[in-house]
Amino acid sequence: MPTPDPLIEMRGITKSFGAVKANEAVDLSVAPGEILGLLGENGAGKTTLMNVLFGAYAPDAGEILVQGRPVTINSSADALAAGIGMVHQHFHLAPRLSVLENLLIGIPGKSGRIDRAGGLARLNEIGRQHGLTLDPDLPVSALSVGEQQRLEIVKALFRGARLLILDEPTAVLAPTEVDGLFSALRSMAAQGLGIIFISHKLNEVRALTHRCVVLRHGRVAGRVDAPASTTSSEMARLMCGHEIVPPARGPSTPGAAMLTLAGISTSRHSGMALRDVSLSVRAGEILGIAGVSGNGQRALAEVISGVRVPHAGQMTIAGKIVSRFSPREVQALGLGRIPEDRMTTGLVTNLPLADSMVLPRIGTDAFSRNGLLRPDAIRAFAEAQIKAYDIRCPGPMTRAGALSGGNLQKALLARELAFDPKVLIVSQPTRGLDIGAARFIHEKFLDMRARGCGIVVIGEDLEELLMLCDRIAVMYEGRIVGTLDSADATIAQLGLMMTGAEGTG
Amino acid sequence: MNVVLEQIFQVGFLAAIIRIATPLAFATLGEMFSERAGVLNLGIEGIMLLSAMTGFTATSLSGSLWLGVLAAVVTGALMGAVHALFTVALGLSQHVCGIGVTLFSSGLAYFLYRLIFGQQSVPPSIKSFETLPIPVLSDIPVLGPAVFNQFSLVYMAMAAVPLAALVLYRTPWGLSVRMVGENPRAADSAGVSVIATRFQAVILGGALMGLAGAFLSMVQFNAFTFGLVSGRGWVAIALVVFGRWDPWRSAGAALLFAFVDALQLRMQASGLGHIPYEAFLMLPFIFTIVAMAVMSRNAVAPSALLKPFRREER
Ligand SMILES: Nc1ncnc2c1ncn2[C@@H]1O[C@H](COP(=O)(O)OP(=O)(O)OP(=O)(O)O)[C@@H](O)[C@H]1O
Ligand SMILES: [Mg+2]
Repeated sequence: MPTPDPLIEMRGITKSFGAVKANEAVDLSVAPGEILGLLGENGAGKTTLMNVLFGAYAPDAGEILVQGRPVTINSSADALAAGIGMVHQHFHLAPRLSVLENLLIGIPGKSGRIDRAGGLARLNEIGRQHGLTLDPDLPVSALSVGEQQRLEIVKALFRGARLLILDEPTAVLAPTEVDGLFSALRSMAAQGLGIIFISHKLNEVRALTHRCVVLRHGRVAGRVDAPASTTSSEMARLMCGHEIVPPARGPSTPGAAMLTLAGISTSRHSGMALRDVSLSVRAGEILGIAGVSGNGQRALAEVISGVRVPHAGQMTIAGKIVSRFSPREVQALGLGRIPEDRMTTGLVTNLPLADSMVLPRIGTDAFSRNGLLRPDAIRAFAEAQIKAYDIRCPGPMTRAGALSGGNLQKALLARELAFDPKVLIVSQPTRGLDIGAARFIHEKFLDMRARGCGIVVIGEDLEELLMLCDRIAVMYEGRIVGTLDSADATIAQLGLMMTGAEGTG
Repeated sequence: MNVVLEQIFQVGFLAAIIRIATPLAFATLGEMFSERAGVLNLGIEGIMLLSAMTGFTATSLSGSLWLGVLAAVVTGALMGAVHALFTVALGLSQHVCGIGVTLFSSGLAYFLYRLIFGQQSVPPSIKSFETLPIPVLSDIPVLGPAVFNQFSLVYMAMAAVPLAALVLYRTPWGLSVRMVGENPRAADSAGVSVIATRFQAVILGGALMGLAGAFLSMVQFNAFTFGLVSGRGWVAIALVVFGRWDPWRSAGAALLFAFVDALQLRMQASGLGHIPYEAFLMLPFIFTIVAMAVMSRNAVAPSALLKPFRREER
């Protein structure tokens, strides 16, 4: 439990990027053994504040105290020396190097050589203490996301961190992995480590943290002293400044089948293959695909969006048989798609936002004529969408990569919904989004449902799926092991099916 | 054809391969260190020429061969530092800066050479290194005289390969080099200075390119001519890809190239048919292009190659 003497104290931290005030006069402290939650909307400045603490960004004003003594942290090396470790939102690992090499980077060797034996011994010791085991000689690219995160935590402990910062660690984890992470974090806190935990999932924050600081527009908007006994909606109000009402999913009146898959199988090209997958989504229905990631969800999304050709089975969109499986064909039949990775397959991060927003339909008459683009039309379209979806950015010509996660997701959604798709397939629609942005996205899905669109939502967050979907199919090792009506499904039941147990649907 | 085959196993032919491979090995290792840290150094061609010039000049003025080698190494390291200053510290385009370094170094080499030696009808030359037979080993038939009766710079190249592998794979510094070339952000957050590590790797690379230049003007030709390097730097860049950024493979690639080049020279000399000699000259380069095309399909460059590191950018 927290002791009064702070391990780390930040006072009056201010940091601007050009005109954007990312942090303004932020005060924050962590005691040994304390798990502090850091909350805030997308773009509230959480990551920036932690990057200042970790020495990656230089603050414009303010000071940092370690055990009561002021320190200057100009680099990550300084932060590590002060006992501060950080697990970043996007991991800082070199995929082609081994686990041990990633661990030993920057560690002085023994008589000029890399100290392999010493590294292995420490790795084992840390693994035993907190249940964080890793195979030292695997390349990082062979690790699951959860294991990579484990490596990042071990890396920080390896360097003697007494304060561990975790930036949205659970956004990338499956529910079962979250439990493992939490028990490791609790074990570290019990040994006197301070922990700063960032998450958009308020129930996690309530379960794990001892105290919370809420940021809004770069300032401290409030503090929560007893998260466990504070309701999620109270926290949400602190974050957004207003109430967040969960959208109500009315009864559905499903129409004709919009998307059907019958006996679809794929070859084992990359990742898990599909094995004899059949499903159907009707107009005005939302179908959830639950499952631990890596069980064929990617292949399923790729087949439906025409990126991957199955070697057996048949697919129809709005009653028409898909014959060639090309993105162009399925689009023409009325499919809209929001891919899992917004940055790499969603938008072109180095191009203006406007260009990315018309990309799938760049060849249509609306945006090009006689082989030439119509920049005015493209711009006008983007401007209209930016307004309609409240996408926060300087303008349609902004580089897409400069947008925050929530705004990128809104842009992708705007792009697909503008063309009134008959079928929409989305993967992890609200990963990394704050509750306000997630609500907005959910509402849009329900709108589309009311207008007769068939929607497939692939996700790992069971609570979200239960709230949003009419039916939930569970995938395991490339098959659909069962489909449940969400009205009578429970998280426990779905969780069990995700581990391969046969369902009853 | 028999004539050709017979010549392959001659002492002279083997020795020629080794001699052609030596500057390529130095240059390739140099480029490899630089690229492993994420910095393409297109300045290599010019750095080799300038180092060849300073090495030659230092020797011909002082009479000391080793002083010449030292001058070449220092020149290479300095030009490496210049390239690093622009590409690492200032984060400018590696292509543009590299070509700039080559043009500048070549120009400077010509200019200084003219300034010091003027225009002479017979180009000045120096007394080169003597070969240094290694006792016992040099008595092995065929292999001995070809491989173990060589110049000290050749032995240095032979030692440089395992040494480079040791440094790159077994030392903390080598790990830092590989890490800043793969994911500089990871290195930075582990407390490693990306800028310093890249500077060091590019400077070390430049020094090795300097050795390559020194070998050309002080061992291979005993003189400095304007066409001295004639594309060997560019070849080294290709060999790094061919060698998949690994010291052993890169050295192997240099040997292979040297083999084709030596073969080509023999074929020219043996006057095979009425084929114009330019056709033979093309051979090693055609070989490089084909080999590159085949090998580079599954070669994976360091992920952060060409990408400048700026901490506060995302
Ligand atoms: N390197 C940068 N350059 C320019 N602007 C930046 C940079 N980093 C952050 N910002 C801006 O600063 C603000 C705060 O961003 P930050 O990433 O800290 O938010 P966050 O609270 O971590 O959000 P999220 O929940 O989406 O991760 C945003 O407006 C963002 O656009
Ligand atoms: Mg963040």
